[in-house]
Amino acid sequence: MGLRDALDEGRFAVTAEVGPLKGTDTAEAFEVADLLKGKVDAANVTDQQSAVMRLGSLATSSLLVGRGLDPVYQLTCRDRNRIALQSDLLSAHVLGIRNVLALTGDFPTFGDHPDAKAVYDLDSVQLAWAMRRMNEGYDISGHELEGKTDFFIGAVVTPYTDTEEAFELQCIKMEKKIEAGARFFQTQAVYDATVFERFMKRAGKLGVPVLAGIIPLRSDKMARYMNRNVAGVYVPDDVIAEMAGAEKKMSRGLEIAARLIKELRSMCQGVHIMAIGMEKKVPEILELAGLS
Amino acid sequence: MIRSEQKPFEEILGSLEGDESVFILGCGGCAAACGSGGEPEVLDMRARLEGQGKSVSGHAVVDFLCQKALVISRLGARRAELEAADSLLVLTCGVGVQAVAAVVARPVHPGCNTVSLGGAKGEWQGAERCLECGDCLLDATGGLCPLTLCSKGLTNGACGGAKRGMCEVSEHRPCGWELIYKRLASTGRLEKLRTFVPPKAYDRMRPRAEWLATSVWDIEAHAPPADGAERR
Repeated sequence: MGLRDALDEGRFAVTAEVGPLKGTDTAEAFEVADLLKGKVDAANVTDQQSAVMRLGSLATSSLLVGRGLDPVYQLTCRDRNRIALQSDLLSAHVLGIRNVLALTGDFPTFGDHPDAKAVYDLDSVQLAWAMRRMNEGYDISGHELEGKTDFFIGAVVTPYTDTEEAFELQCIKMEKKIEAGARFFQTQAVYDATVFERFMKRAGKLGVPVLAGIIPLRSDKMARYMNRNVAGVYVPDDVIAEMAGAEKKMSRGLEIAARLIKELRSMCQGVHIMAIGMEKKVPEILELAGLS
Repeated sequence: MIRSEQKPFEEILGSLEGDESVFILGCGGCAAACGSGGEPEVLDMRARLEGQGKSVSGHAVVDFLCQKALVISRLGARRAELEAADSLLVLTCGVGVQAVAAVVARPVHPGCNTVSLGGAKGEWQGAERCLECGDCLLDATGGLCPLTLCSKGLTNGACGGAKRGMCEVSEHRPCGWELIYKRLASTGRLEKLRTFVPPKAYDRMRPRAEWLATSVWDIEAHAPPADGAERR
């Protein structure tokens, strides 16, 4: 059982996130994996998130396979050219990884190696297409593979944008990703059901499952920070006020996350919970949302 | 000099699909010197397009297409022919195509690929707008180059990192894809955004050996040591 089965069977899918650490310590990742196992359909493994150098998503995804938790191997275009991307994908297949999420990747200047050379040899649409070609038994130059891949190809989309142009660009690119081979989508964090509803009016017609992104808030300060600095994230004023007025902010953040899941549930095919340091609270969110 | 060469004729014809009438614009500067867009090439292109049943409403050669003020003043005298055209076919480098696209409201099709001379072109105004990639994408992007306008050089659309229309890399840099969106919307060509752009052939960005052999690179490579000593 895993993400593909859940979506194929039409069950409301739940994915969470495992973030590899900077270093060789895997204890935390294993602890989170064991806690999530049986409670979520799959766990994303982030690829050098925010351009910060860490343990790789390929190795960590492979460890999750061994642990019995279905991984969603995140792969960005920032650090690898088309040769490395395809080779890593072949490696992923033989290690038992099936779900792959194609991402562009934050620019290196965001991270802890700001002087790094950015690659972007392929973009996220071309990466999804490359996976489809590999599923068909070819590399992107058209050479036949000795043994093809069987990837469940995922991509990302941002439901909220602060300009109309960006919204249209997101919707058009989503369609291009589907044509290229994407079979499921995970979204940037959603905090406003009406914003998500507007997006799903467009995206829902495309016939590809969408998992709404959920990031539990820890404080009103965190919400304001994200509104200022994180593209595609918009926390409405009433939610910020609710967090500001709460005595136990962490618990209130989990309640708001659960409430959002209940609101979004009828509009999409699943949720993707990005707990960013609060992974151990994911089961509690699911319980509050009536999903456990 | 910025070196350009004409795109394959089939590609040019493909880009003009749906346009009944076209105005051809050449450049009396670099493109004339390279034989890609001077007067003879413009006349030859006119004959070939008419041979394919295209209506050519007019043609002009401007020195230099990279100078927007010159383009505006020269095209001002050709308004009737431009108004009769559905689009413009521009035979020059990527800088010139972008300059023309910025000063006309009609769609602009690049007729040339700009190719690399390995940095030996010298100073050229607007050169930062063209990466000399050897496979011009400007037809699909409204005459705005995604390789130079998008920090990540993405060719299939925006990354999602823009905030208030500005790039995630710098708040002083507009999102190139939002600019491209606005330009395509203004010319009624948003459907161009839906076409999958395959991975770029980056080997075409390397300068070709036969051109390097005619440039300062070659002189440096074959010059004896200036201090008279034997090279080991």
